Amino acid sequence: MTVDAPIADGHPLPRLNDPARLRTRYAAEARFRIYGVAALSIAIAFLFGLFASIISNGWSAFLQTKAHVPVYLDPAEIDPDGKRDVSRFGLADYTKLARDALSKAIGLPEKQDKATKRDLKGLLSRAIDVQIRDLVVADPSLIGQTITVPLLAHGDVDSLLKGAIDRSIPEERRQLNDRQLQWIDKLTADGVLKKDFNAGLFAYGASSQPESSGLAVALIGSLFMMLTVALLAVPIGVATAAYLEEFAPKNFWTDLIEVNINNLAAVPSIVFGLLGLAVFINFAGLPRSASLIGGLVLTLMTLPTIIIATRAAIRAVPPSIREAALGVGASKMQTLFHHTLPLAFPGIMTGTIIGLVQALGETAPLLMIGMVAFVVDIPSSVMEPATALPVQIYMWATSAERGFVERTAGATIVLLGFLFVMNAAAVYLRRRFERKW
Amino acid sequence: MKTKIFACTVAAVALGSFAGVDAASARDQIQIAGSSTVLPYANIVAEQYGKAFSQFKTPVVESGGSSAGLKQFCQGLGEKTIDVANSSRAIKDAEVKACGDAGVKEIMEIRFGYDGIVFATDAGGPAWALEPKDLYLALAEQVPVNGKMTSNPNKTWKQVNDKLPDWPITAYIPGEKHGTREVFEEKVLHGGCKATGADKLLIAAAEGADDGAKKKAADKACVKVRKDGASVDIDGDYTETLARLKSNPKGIGVFGLSFYENNTDKLKVATMSSIAPSVETIATGKYPVSRPLFFYVKKAHIDVTPGLKEYVEFFTSTKMIGADGPLAEYGLVPLPEAELKALQDAVKTAKTM
Repeated sequence: MTVDAPIADGHPLPRLNDPARLRTRYAAEARFRIYGVAALSIAIAFLFGLFASIISNGWSAFLQTKAHVPVYLDPAEIDPDGKRDVSRFGLADYTKLARDALSKAIGLPEKQDKATKRDLKGLLSRAIDVQIRDLVVADPSLIGQTITVPLLAHGDVDSLLKGAIDRSIPEERRQLNDRQLQWIDKLTADGVLKKDFNAGLFAYGASSQPESSGLAVALIGSLFMMLTVALLAVPIGVATAAYLEEFAPKNFWTDLIEVNINNLAAVPSIVFGLLGLAVFINFAGLPRSASLIGGLVLTLMTLPTIIIATRAAIRAVPPSIREAALGVGASKMQTLFHHTLPLAFPGIMTGTIIGLVQALGETAPLLMIGMVAFVVDIPSSVMEPATALPVQIYMWATSAERGFVERTAGATIVLLGFLFVMNAAAVYLRRRFERKW
Repeated sequence: MKTKIFACTVAAVALGSFAGVDAASARDQIQIAGSSTVLPYANIVAEQYGKAFSQFKTPVVESGGSSAGLKQFCQGLGEKTIDVANSSRAIKDAEVKACGDAGVKEIMEIRFGYDGIVFATDAGGPAWALEPKDLYLALAEQVPVNGKMTSNPNKTWKQVNDKLPDWPITAYIPGEKHGTREVFEEKVLHGGCKATGADKLLIAAAEGADDGAKKKAADKACVKVRKDGASVDIDGDYTETLARLKSNPKGIGVFGLSFYENNTDKLKVATMSSIAPSVETIATGKYPVSRPLFFYVKKAHIDVTPGLKEYVEFFTSTKMIGADGPLAEYGLVPLPEAELKALQDAVKTAKTM
């Protein structure tokens, strides 16, 4: 079939079904598809590259080398006056007990020179004193017995066994000397030194040594902040959105508010940190580094996201539902709470979770309010100092010790895991409750 | 739904009121902020302090840089402000004044040790023997050629010094926001500037009202780094410098001694004026590129913040910053014995600046 082309400006337009023109149009479409597939492939390749690099660097962070040696809890050292006084337990030299136990496991003579002692100490973590002390304090009846304790190995030993330290380089440039390597090989062959699941990664707070540092403070800090955000941002955000969408008159002021909310969503997050410093710390006098302030700052940051998502979700509910409700005599508020909000619920949840995910990954606003910090004690309330997961990753990434490299990647895996779970929840909620009209 | 929203509101109100109550009570934890160079040392001390004093909470150590730390430090007194500022440089007069204006009049200055700054290449490369002169000729914006200052013509290290390898000049130096940069400029570039006689040429060429102004202008020109890509400012930290060296094994990077000591398997350190950097050579002053590390304490907080006095005493104890202590093990260059003794006495009497 031929179509008569209209004439414009005296030039005949080409016929739409001209075969030559059809060919170029098909070719253009084919090219466009190829560009699309190429862009997608590049994105997927980068994603896989990223995941492969993080996982290959970080999986070993979930394992930790420990020396399972029988430690004699010498009463003469721990409890010399035999009173079982818990406050006295803290003063004992547990490092010495651990070192003696290790030297016995290697089969060294009892009398040792200073260099040997130093080399032995170099195999064990500085945190072992607390490890043994906690055991003794928890159960004083252990004093006098010989118990097998999984003592944390030094970060360098851990790195060596995980292949992060090269054995073949000359001794003077290696973190561990030849004698220590011999001992490590013997202990590994005897099954004394072995890698276990690294429960400490989730149980310890910050530490200056890789082997005894963990994510506990960061996890709890992040949890507290997410709770604060969820408790504050969701009600405020949903109420704002519902009011603006269903009740507010359309005038200059509501337009101004709307423009500002949309602009706030694009404000760099560090600005919210500065605001938090000025308002919550300097003006309201809340304590620095507390996860409550972090939560408040992130709430401010998340609010626009939640408001925008909620408004879109409420607007997506067909007007016929509202009209039907109003038609049978429901008040505006009843319409909102009985019909509009429940129907908008999946959209609200999705927006909220995306806002939370964004907040979970933020470090910049936390810098200003003192949450990029070295916090050892695990916080028990929102008023105590804490850090956040991405902050911990950043702090580890800048540390010099080899063991922190894998921990950085390991913590990234944990953070990605959380983000994945939260995103999956958003998708699930949307699928589960979504209504099609 | 109604009940749910009601519950949320109640929870939010509860959270808010709970916050109000707690903020009124006194802070029971030491707050520290400042230099990222001092951070690892402060972390070790804070951790050990937490173990040794079970009656006190472990101090919170923020990083963020010397200047930011001192700025916070000088905001005033009281529990809203930090107790201790870590710094990789001495406090400036302007900062002391700002402190005084805000009511922080009595400041204890504690110089707890030294940090060496080393030049290192990828471990696979040849050994380097550097002089400040070489680095100046390689990295300065203007160098003297035949008695005249011209923009830096050197392309390879071999052109600078015949004994150095024939590598294109690429140096990763700390960016201008780092305290390390100041030391690098002062001890290395300025030293090299003098050794080559460039300072005299610069003074002769400088414009200024009098000799003092001329000298100042010349000093500034001395430490100007070339901007043609041969010298790369690293605004991140040493891990970034290490990553740059890994991707370009023919580059040279600037590191802190402690960072190098933790990565001896990946880095080869260059000697400076034929002295290899180590805790010993820096402590004796043989290795030229080092700087003191400080922390500053508000005397008015000593009796207010629980454990602050103990923290300062613990930090300055021989057990911590002595030659066999954990800080020296990490890479801190300990104070000479007499200086350490004087410091401990000053801490005992809470001597202020």
